[in-house]
Amino acid sequence: MTSTPGSAVPTAAKMPRPSEQAVRTRRFSPAERWAHGATAALMLLCIASAACLYVPVLAQAVGRRALVVTVHEWTGLLLPVPLLAGLASRALRADLRRLDRFGPHDRHWLRAELRRERGPRPQGKFNAGQKLYAAWIAGAVLVMLGTGLLMWFTGLAPLAVRTGATFVHDWLALAVGIVVAGHIWMALRMWTHRKALRALRHPDGEPASGGMNRP
Amino acid sequence: MNPTRPDAPQGTPVGRRIVLGMLGLGAAGVAAAPLLQRGVEALARQDPTGLTDALPAGGAFRYYSVTASVPPKNARTYRLRVDGLVDRPSTYTLADLRTEPQTRLVRDVQCVTGWRVPETPFEGVRLSRLLDAAGVRPEARAVRFTCFDGAYSESLTLEQARRDDVLVALRMQDEPVSHEHGGPVRLYVAPMYFYKSAKWLSGITVTDAVRPGYWEERGYDVDAWVGRSNGREDAPTV
Repeated sequence: MTSTPGSAVPTAAKMPRPSEQAVRTRRFSPAERWAHGATAALMLLCIASAACLYVPVLAQAVGRRALVVTVHEWTGLLLPVPLLAGLASRALRADLRRLDRFGPHDRHWLRAELRRERGPRPQGKFNAGQKLYAAWIAGAVLVMLGTGLLMWFTGLAPLAVRTGATFVHDWLALAVGIVVAGHIWMALRMWTHRKALRALRHPDGEPASGGMNRP
Repeated sequence: MNPTRPDAPQGTPVGRRIVLGMLGLGAAGVAAAPLLQRGVEALARQDPTGLTDALPAGGAFRYYSVTASVPPKNARTYRLRVDGLVDRPSTYTLADLRTEPQTRLVRDVQCVTGWRVPETPFEGVRLSRLLDAAGVRPEARAVRFTCFDGAYSESLTLEQARRDDVLVALRMQDEPVSHEHGGPVRLYVAPMYFYKSAKWLSGITVTDAVRPGYWEERGYDVDAWVGRSNGREDAPTV
Protein backbone atom coordinates (compact mmCIF):
# COMPACT_ATOMS: atom_id res chain seq x y z
CA MET A 1 0.00 0.00 0.00
CA THR A 2 1.38 3.38 -0.93
CA SER A 3 0.64 6.34 1.15
CA THR A 4 -0.38 9.66 -0.33
CA PRO A 5 1.19 12.69 1.22
CA GLY A 6 -1.24 15.29 2.59
CA SER A 7 -1.33 18.84 1.36
CA ALA A 8 0.67 21.33 3.33
CA VAL A 9 -1.94 24.06 2.83
CA PRO A 10 -5.71 24.09 3.48
CA THR A 11 -7.71 22.53 0.61
CA ALA A 12 -11.37 22.71 -0.29
CA ALA A 13 -11.79 18.94 0.21
CA LYS A 14 -14.13 18.15 3.07
CA MET A 15 -13.60 15.26 5.39
CA PRO A 16 -16.83 13.22 5.32
CA ARG A 17 -18.33 12.52 8.73
CA PRO A 18 -17.70 8.97 9.83
CA SER A 19 -20.69 6.84 8.88
CA GLU A 20 -20.80 5.56 12.43
CA GLN A 21 -21.91 8.89 13.80
CA ALA A 22 -24.47 9.47 11.07
CA VAL A 23 -26.41 6.23 11.54
CA ARG A 24 -26.04 5.95 15.28
CA THR A 25 -29.37 6.42 17.02
CA ARG A 26 -30.01 6.57 20.72
CA ARG A 27 -31.56 3.41 22.12
CA PHE A 28 -33.36 5.30 24.87
CA SER A 29 -34.94 8.74 25.10
CA PRO A 30 -33.56 11.35 27.53
CA ALA A 31 -36.53 10.78 29.86
CA GLU A 32 -35.76 7.06 30.00
CA ARG A 33 -32.07 7.63 30.61
CA TRP A 34 -32.90 10.09 33.37
CA ALA A 35 -35.31 7.65 35.02
CA HIS A 36 -32.76 4.84 34.80
CA GLY A 37 -29.94 7.00 36.18
CA ALA A 38 -32.01 8.24 39.12
CA THR A 39 -33.25 4.72 39.91
CA ALA A 40 -29.70 3.35 39.71
CA ALA A 41 -28.36 6.04 42.06
CA LEU A 42 -31.14 5.45 44.60
CA MET A 43 -30.72 1.67 44.35
CA LEU A 44 -26.95 1.84 44.91
CA LEU A 45 -27.35 4.17 47.91
CA CYS A 46 -30.10 1.95 49.31
CA ILE A 47 -27.96 -1.19 48.93
CA ALA A 48 -24.84 0.49 50.30
CA SER A 49 -26.68 1.78 53.37
CA ALA A 50 -28.29 -1.64 53.85
CA ALA A 51 -24.85 -3.25 53.79
CA CYS A 52 -23.64 -0.75 56.41
CA LEU A 53 -26.57 -1.68 58.64
CA TYR A 54 -26.27 -5.40 58.14
CA VAL A 55 -22.69 -6.55 57.48
CA PRO A 56 -20.88 -6.48 60.84
CA VAL A 57 -17.51 -5.41 59.38
CA LEU A 58 -19.09 -2.49 57.51
CA ALA A 59 -21.34 -1.59 60.45
CA GLN A 60 -18.25 -1.35 62.65
CA ALA A 61 -16.28 0.67 60.12
CA VAL A 62 -19.08 3.14 59.39
CA GLY A 63 -21.06 3.43 62.64
CA ARG A 64 -23.32 6.55 62.54
CA ARG A 65 -26.34 4.31 62.79
CA ALA A 66 -29.05 6.99 62.94
CA LEU A 67 -27.75 8.65 59.74
CA VAL A 68 -27.39 5.36 57.84
CA VAL A 69 -30.91 4.32 58.84
CA THR A 70 -32.29 7.63 57.53
CA VAL A 71 -30.43 7.27 54.21
CA HIS A 72 -31.72 3.71 53.81
CA GLU A 73 -35.33 4.59 54.62
CA TRP A 74 -35.51 7.58 52.27
CA THR A 75 -33.66 6.07 49.31
CA GLY A 76 -35.92 3.03 49.65
CA LEU A 77 -39.05 5.12 49.80
CA LEU A 78 -38.02 7.22 46.78
CA LEU A 79 -36.87 4.24 44.69
CA PRO A 80 -40.09 3.89 42.62
CA VAL A 81 -40.44 7.66 42.07
CA PRO A 82 -38.22 8.09 38.95
CA LEU A 83 -40.07 5.34 37.10
CA LEU A 84 -43.46 6.72 38.13
CA ALA A 85 -42.40 10.21 37.01
CA GLY A 86 -41.06 8.71 33.76
CA LEU A 87 -44.52 7.36 32.94
CA ALA A 88 -45.21 10.84 31.55
CA SER A 89 -42.87 9.92 28.68
CA ARG A 90 -44.45 8.16 25.71
CA ALA A 91 -41.16 6.40 24.88
CA LEU A 92 -40.88 5.00 28.40
CA ARG A 93 -44.46 3.74 28.33
CA ALA A 94 -43.80 2.06 24.98
CA ASP A 95 -40.70 0.36 26.37
CA LEU A 96 -42.63 -0.81 29.45
CA ARG A 97 -45.13 -2.42 27.08
CA ARG A 98 -42.28 -4.12 25.20
CA LEU A 99 -40.84 -5.40 28.48
CA ASP A 100 -44.22 -6.71 29.62
CA ARG A 101 -45.20 -8.74 26.56
CA PHE A 102 -43.64 -12.12 25.85
CA GLY A 103 -43.91 -13.69 22.40
CA PRO A 104 -42.91 -17.13 21.11
CA HIS A 105 -39.46 -15.77 20.24
CA ASP A 106 -38.85 -15.00 23.95
CA ARG A 107 -39.47 -18.61 24.92
CA HIS A 108 -37.06 -19.63 22.16
CA TRP A 109 -34.50 -17.11 23.40
CA LEU A 110 -34.71 -18.39 26.99
CA ARG A 111 -34.49 -22.02 25.91
CA ALA A 112 -31.47 -21.31 23.76
CA GLU A 113 -29.84 -19.33 26.56
CA LEU A 114 -30.43 -22.00 29.20
CA ARG A 115 -29.12 -24.77 26.94
CA ARG A 116 -26.29 -22.55 25.74
CA GLU A 117 -27.26 -23.27 22.12
CA ARG A 118 -25.51 -21.47 19.32
CA GLY A 119 -27.30 -19.86 16.45
CA PRO A 120 -29.58 -16.90 15.89
CA ARG A 121 -31.80 -15.79 18.72
CA PRO A 122 -34.55 -13.48 17.58
CA GLN A 123 -35.42 -10.70 19.96
CA GLY A 124 -37.06 -7.31 19.92
CA LYS A 125 -35.63 -4.26 21.59
CA PHE A 126 -35.22 -6.31 24.76
CA ASN A 127 -34.26 -9.96 25.07
CA ALA A 128 -36.23 -12.29 27.31
CA GLY A 129 -33.59 -12.14 30.03
CA GLN A 130 -33.85 -8.37 30.24
CA LYS A 131 -37.64 -8.66 30.38
CA LEU A 132 -37.47 -11.17 33.24
CA TYR A 133 -35.02 -8.97 35.15
CA ALA A 134 -37.19 -5.87 34.74
CA ALA A 135 -40.33 -7.62 35.99
CA TRP A 136 -38.56 -9.39 38.87
CA ILE A 137 -36.81 -6.30 40.18
CA ALA A 138 -40.02 -4.25 39.92
CA GLY A 139 -41.88 -6.83 42.00
CA ALA A 140 -39.00 -7.17 44.44
CA VAL A 141 -38.78 -3.39 44.98
CA LEU A 142 -42.51 -3.29 45.74
CA VAL A 143 -42.20 -6.14 48.26
CA MET A 144 -39.14 -4.46 49.86
CA LEU A 145 -41.08 -1.20 50.03
CA GLY A 146 -44.11 -2.83 51.66
CA THR A 147 -42.13 -4.85 54.21
CA GLY A 148 -39.83 -1.88 54.82
CA LEU A 149 -42.76 0.40 55.62
CA LEU A 150 -44.10 -2.19 58.08
CA MET A 151 -40.70 -2.18 59.83
CA TRP A 152 -40.39 1.62 59.72
CA PHE A 153 -43.84 2.50 61.05
CA THR A 154 -44.22 0.02 63.86
CA GLY A 155 -47.81 1.09 64.56
CA LEU A 156 -49.04 -0.18 61.19
CA ALA A 157 -49.32 -3.86 61.96
CA PRO A 158 -49.20 -6.32 64.88
CA LEU A 159 -45.90 -7.86 65.91
CA ALA A 160 -46.38 -11.19 64.10
CA VAL A 161 -46.75 -9.35 60.80
CA ARG A 162 -43.71 -7.16 61.55
CA THR A 163 -41.55 -10.18 62.37
CA GLY A 164 -42.69 -11.76 59.10
CA ALA A 165 -41.95 -8.54 57.23
CA THR A 166 -38.44 -8.44 58.73
CA PHE A 167 -37.84 -12.01 57.64
CA VAL A 168 -38.94 -11.36 54.05
CA HIS A 169 -37.06 -8.03 53.93
CA ASP A 170 -33.80 -9.67 55.10
CA TRP A 171 -33.87 -12.59 52.69
CA LEU A 172 -35.18 -10.70 49.69
CA ALA A 173 -32.46 -8.08 50.34
CA LEU A 174 -29.88 -10.81 49.85
CA ALA A 175 -31.53 -11.87 46.59
CA VAL A 176 -31.85 -8.29 45.33
CA GLY A 177 -28.17 -7.67 46.08
CA ILE A 178 -27.14 -10.70 44.05
CA VAL A 179 -29.50 -9.99 41.16
CA VAL A 180 -28.55 -6.30 40.89
CA ALA A 181 -24.86 -7.26 40.96
CA GLY A 182 -25.62 -9.64 38.08
CA HIS A 183 -27.43 -6.87 36.20
CA ILE A 184 -24.44 -4.54 36.52
CA TRP A 185 -22.01 -7.30 35.56
CA MET A 186 -23.96 -8.13 32.40
CA ALA A 187 -24.32 -4.47 31.49
CA LEU A 188 -20.56 -3.98 31.81
CA ARG A 189 -19.92 -7.09 29.72
CA MET A 190 -22.34 -5.86 27.05
CA TRP A 191 -20.72 -2.45 27.10
CA THR A 192 -17.19 -3.80 26.52
CA HIS A 193 -18.51 -6.13 23.79
CA ARG A 194 -20.19 -3.23 22.01
CA LYS A 195 -17.10 -1.10 22.27
CA ALA A 196 -14.93 -3.88 20.85
CA LEU A 197 -17.43 -4.52 18.07
CA ARG A 198 -17.56 -0.85 17.13
CA ALA A 199 -13.79 -0.66 17.09
CA LEU A 200 -13.68 -3.64 14.69
CA ARG A 201 -16.30 -2.27 12.34
CA HIS A 202 -15.20 1.33 12.42
CA PRO A 203 -11.48 1.49 12.91
CA ASP A 204 -11.72 5.31 12.69
CA GLY A 205 -9.03 5.36 9.99
CA GLU A 206 -6.27 4.33 12.33
CA PRO A 207 -3.27 3.33 10.25
CA ALA A 208 -2.62 0.33 12.49
CA SER A 209 -5.78 -1.44 11.32
CA GLY A 210 -4.57 -1.42 7.74
CA GLY A 211 -1.15 -2.56 8.74
CA MET A 212 -2.46 -5.52 10.74
CA ASN A 213 -3.27 -7.52 7.60
CA ARG A 214 0.10 -6.99 6.04
CA PRO A 215 2.20 -10.14 5.81
CA MET B 1 -42.99 -9.42 7.18
CA ASN B 2 -41.69 -11.67 9.89
CA PRO B 3 -44.65 -13.61 11.34
CA THR B 4 -43.21 -13.43 14.88
CA ARG B 5 -42.44 -9.74 14.84
CA PRO B 6 -40.54 -9.44 18.11
CA ASP B 7 -42.02 -6.15 19.27
CA ALA B 8 -45.63 -6.80 18.41
CA PRO B 9 -47.89 -5.16 21.00
CA GLN B 10 -49.76 -8.41 21.54
CA GLY B 11 -48.21 -11.36 23.36
CA THR B 12 -48.56 -12.71 26.84
CA PRO B 13 -48.21 -10.10 29.62
CA VAL B 14 -45.59 -12.19 31.43
CA GLY B 15 -43.98 -9.13 33.03
CA ARG B 16 -47.18 -8.12 34.79
CA ARG B 17 -47.67 -11.69 36.03
CA ILE B 18 -44.15 -11.78 37.47
CA VAL B 19 -44.70 -8.49 39.33
CA LEU B 20 -48.00 -9.75 40.77
CA GLY B 21 -46.40 -13.11 41.54
CA MET B 22 -43.63 -11.39 43.51
CA LEU B 23 -46.24 -9.48 45.53
CA GLY B 24 -48.07 -12.74 46.25
CA LEU B 25 -44.85 -14.49 47.24
CA GLY B 26 -43.93 -11.56 49.50
CA ALA B 27 -47.26 -11.74 51.31
CA ALA B 28 -46.98 -15.52 51.59
CA GLY B 29 -43.45 -15.12 52.97
CA VAL B 30 -44.66 -12.71 55.65
CA ALA B 31 -47.37 -15.20 56.66
CA ALA B 32 -45.09 -18.25 56.60
CA ALA B 33 -42.13 -16.49 58.25
CA PRO B 34 -42.36 -18.17 61.70
CA LEU B 35 -42.23 -21.61 60.08
CA LEU B 36 -39.43 -20.68 57.67
CA GLN B 37 -37.49 -18.94 60.45
CA ARG B 38 -37.52 -22.11 62.58
CA GLY B 39 -36.27 -24.07 59.59
CA VAL B 40 -33.41 -21.64 59.00
CA GLU B 41 -32.43 -21.70 62.67
CA ALA B 42 -32.49 -25.51 62.75
CA LEU B 43 -30.21 -25.54 59.69
CA ALA B 44 -27.87 -22.96 61.22
CA ARG B 45 -27.48 -25.07 64.38
CA GLN B 46 -26.27 -28.03 62.33
CA ASP B 47 -23.82 -25.95 60.33
CA PRO B 48 -20.22 -26.71 61.28
CA THR B 49 -18.77 -24.21 58.78
CA GLY B 50 -20.21 -21.11 60.42
CA LEU B 51 -21.23 -19.87 56.97
CA THR B 52 -24.84 -19.42 58.10
CA ASP B 53 -23.72 -16.67 60.50
CA ALA B 54 -23.38 -14.46 57.45
CA LEU B 55 -27.01 -15.10 56.49
CA PRO B 56 -29.94 -13.13 57.88
CA ALA B 57 -31.01 -14.06 61.42
CA GLY B 58 -28.13 -16.41 62.18
CA GLY B 59 -28.86 -16.16 65.93
CA ALA B 60 -25.80 -14.05 66.70
CA PHE B 61 -25.13 -10.57 68.01
CA ARG B 62 -25.23 -7.69 65.59
CA TYR B 63 -22.97 -4.70 66.05
CA TYR B 64 -24.67 -1.34 66.38
CA SER B 65 -22.89 1.92 67.04
CA VAL B 66 -24.35 5.40 66.76
CA THR B 67 -21.04 7.17 66.18
CA ALA B 68 -18.37 7.01 63.48
CA SER B 69 -15.76 5.35 65.66
CA VAL B 70 -15.15 4.66 69.31
CA PRO B 71 -11.70 5.02 70.89
CA PRO B 72 -10.71 1.75 72.60
CA LYS B 73 -10.07 1.90 76.34
CA ASN B 74 -8.09 -0.58 78.39
CA ALA B 75 -7.33 -1.27 82.06
CA ARG B 76 -4.92 1.68 82.12
CA THR B 77 -7.12 4.30 80.45
CA TYR B 78 -10.63 3.25 81.52
CA ARG B 79 -12.47 5.28 84.19
CA LEU B 80 -16.05 5.06 85.46
CA ARG B 81 -17.35 8.22 87.14
CA VAL B 82 -20.25 8.07 89.64
CA ASP B 83 -21.66 11.51 90.46
CA GLY B 84 -24.80 13.68 90.56
CA LEU B 85 -27.11 13.63 93.58
CA VAL B 86 -24.78 11.54 95.73
CA ASP B 87 -22.89 12.22 98.94
CA ARG B 88 -19.58 10.71 97.77
CA PRO B 89 -18.85 11.14 94.04
CA SER B 90 -16.16 8.70 92.98
CA THR B 91 -14.15 7.35 90.04
CA TYR B 92 -13.50 3.65 89.49
CA THR B 93 -10.71 2.07 87.47
CA LEU B 94 -11.18 -1.34 85.89
CA ALA B 95 -9.11 -2.85 88.73
CA ASP B 96 -11.39 -1.17 91.31
CA LEU B 97 -14.45 -2.71 89.66
CA ARG B 98 -12.81 -6.13 89.58
CA THR B 99 -12.28 -6.11 93.36
CA GLU B 100 -16.02 -5.62 93.95
CA PRO B 101 -18.19 -8.75 94.37
CA GLN B 102 -19.17 -10.10 90.94
CA THR B 103 -22.63 -11.36 89.98
CA ARG B 104 -23.16 -13.72 87.02
CA LEU B 105 -26.52 -13.77 85.19
CA VAL B 106 -27.50 -16.00 82.26
CA ARG B 107 -30.50 -14.68 80.34
CA ASP B 108 -31.62 -14.27 76.74
CA VAL B 109 -30.64 -11.04 75.03
CA GLN B 110 -33.54 -9.49 73.09
CA CYS B 111 -32.99 -6.65 70.65
CA VAL B 112 -35.86 -4.32 69.85
CA THR B 113 -35.18 -4.95 66.13
CA GLY B 114 -36.15 -8.58 66.62
CA TRP B 115 -33.02 -10.67 67.03
CA ARG B 116 -32.55 -12.71 70.18
CA VAL B 117 -29.46 -14.47 71.46
CA PRO B 118 -30.34 -17.25 73.92
CA GLU B 119 -28.68 -17.83 77.30
CA THR B 120 -25.95 -15.23 77.27
CA PRO B 121 -23.85 -14.97 80.46
CA PHE B 122 -23.04 -11.49 81.81
CA GLU B 123 -20.89 -10.90 84.86
CA GLY B 124 -20.13 -7.74 86.79
CA VAL B 125 -20.90 -5.50 89.74
CA ARG B 126 -24.50 -4.86 90.74
CA LEU B 127 -25.34 -1.24 89.97
CA SER B 128 -27.15 -0.98 93.32
CA ARG B 129 -23.84 -1.67 95.05
CA LEU B 130 -22.10 1.28 93.35
CA LEU B 131 -25.10 3.52 94.11
CA ASP B 132 -25.07 2.55 97.78
CA ALA B 133 -21.33 3.15 97.99
CA ALA B 134 -21.84 6.66 96.60
CA GLY B 135 -24.71 7.45 98.98
CA VAL B 136 -27.80 8.42 96.97
CA ARG B 137 -29.49 11.57 98.29
CA PRO B 138 -33.21 11.50 99.22
CA GLU B 139 -34.30 13.83 96.37
CA ALA B 140 -32.84 11.50 93.71
CA ARG B 141 -35.32 9.77 91.37
CA ALA B 142 -33.34 8.46 88.41
CA VAL B 143 -29.94 7.47 87.02
CA ARG B 144 -28.42 8.67 83.78
CA PHE B 145 -25.70 6.73 81.98
CA THR B 146 -23.19 8.25 79.59
CA CYS B 147 -20.70 6.54 77.33
CA PHE B 148 -17.19 7.21 76.07
CA ASP B 149 -18.34 6.91 72.46
CA GLY B 150 -19.31 10.54 73.07
CA ALA B 151 -22.94 10.24 71.98
CA TYR B 152 -24.87 7.42 73.58
CA SER B 153 -26.81 7.84 76.78
CA GLU B 154 -29.38 5.86 78.71
CA SER B 155 -31.44 6.24 81.85
CA LEU B 156 -33.35 4.23 84.43
CA THR B 157 -35.58 5.18 87.31
CA LEU B 158 -33.87 4.72 90.67
CA GLU B 159 -36.17 1.80 91.38
CA GLN B 160 -35.21 0.08 88.10
CA ALA B 161 -31.52 0.83 88.66
CA ARG B 162 -31.60 -0.90 92.06
CA ARG B 163 -32.90 -4.21 90.68
CA ASP B 164 -30.73 -7.27 91.27
CA ASP B 165 -30.50 -7.97 87.54
CA VAL B 166 -28.95 -4.64 86.55
CA LEU B 167 -25.16 -4.92 86.32
CA VAL B 168 -22.13 -2.88 85.46
CA ALA B 169 -20.81 -5.72 83.34
CA LEU B 170 -17.12 -6.59 82.98
CA ARG B 171 -17.62 -9.98 81.34
CA MET B 172 -19.93 -11.21 78.60
CA GLN B 173 -20.13 -14.76 77.27
CA ASP B 174 -17.59 -15.64 80.00
CA GLU B 175 -14.90 -13.41 78.52
CA PRO B 176 -13.94 -9.81 79.20
CA VAL B 177 -16.40 -7.56 77.31
CA SER B 178 -14.70 -6.88 73.97
CA HIS B 179 -14.49 -3.41 72.46
CA GLU B 180 -17.05 -4.36 69.79
CA HIS B 181 -19.52 -5.37 72.50
CA GLY B 182 -19.00 -2.18 74.49
CA GLY B 183 -15.97 -3.12 76.58
CA PRO B 184 -14.17 -2.90 78.81
CA VAL B 185 -17.33 -2.03 80.78
CA ARG B 186 -20.93 -1.89 79.66
CA LEU B 187 -24.28 -1.67 81.35
CA TYR B 188 -26.46 -4.80 81.46
CA VAL B 189 -30.19 -4.37 82.12
CA ALA B 190 -31.46 -7.95 81.94
CA PRO B 191 -35.25 -7.39 81.87
CA MET B 192 -35.20 -4.72 79.16
CA TYR B 193 -34.54 -4.47 75.43
CA PHE B 194 -30.85 -4.47 74.70
CA TYR B 195 -30.59 -0.78 73.78
CA LYS B 196 -30.91 -0.09 77.52
CA SER B 197 -27.65 -2.02 78.07
CA ALA B 198 -25.43 0.88 77.06
CA LYS B 199 -22.01 0.02 75.65
CA TRP B 200 -18.75 1.76 76.60
CA LEU B 201 -20.14 2.94 79.95
CA SER B 202 -18.16 5.85 81.39
CA GLY B 203 -20.54 7.83 83.57
CA ILE B 204 -23.29 7.15 86.12
CA THR B 205 -25.09 10.33 87.20
CA VAL B 206 -27.86 10.29 89.79
CA THR B 207 -30.57 12.80 88.78
CA ASP B 208 -33.91 14.13 90.02
CA ALA B 209 -35.83 12.96 86.92
CA VAL B 210 -35.52 10.49 84.04
CA ARG B 211 -33.85 12.04 80.99
CA PRO B 212 -34.59 10.15 77.76
CA GLY B 213 -31.52 8.48 76.23
CA TYR B 214 -30.17 8.47 72.69
CA TRP B 215 -32.65 6.12 71.02
CA GLU B 216 -35.45 7.29 73.31
CA GLU B 217 -35.17 10.79 71.87
CA ARG B 218 -35.64 9.01 68.53
CA GLY B 219 -38.90 7.31 69.48
CA TYR B 220 -38.00 4.27 71.59
CA ASP B 221 -39.72 3.65 74.92
CA VAL B 222 -37.93 4.78 78.08
CA ASP B 223 -39.39 1.91 80.11
CA ALA B 224 -38.17 -0.83 77.80
CA TRP B 225 -39.42 -4.04 79.47
CA VAL B 226 -39.01 -6.96 77.06
CA GLY B 227 -42.46 -7.96 75.80
CA ARG B 228 -44.24 -4.97 77.35
CA SER B 229 -42.91 -1.97 75.43
CA ASN B 230 -42.09 -0.62 71.98
CA GLY B 231 -45.25 -2.29 70.66
CA ARG B 232 -43.60 -5.71 70.88
CA GLU B 233 -44.77 -8.93 72.49
CA ASP B 234 -41.53 -10.91 72.81
CA ALA B 235 -41.22 -13.49 75.56
CA PRO B 236 -39.74 -11.73 78.64
CA THR B 237 -36.02 -12.31 79.19
CA VAL B 238 -36.40 -12.43 82.98
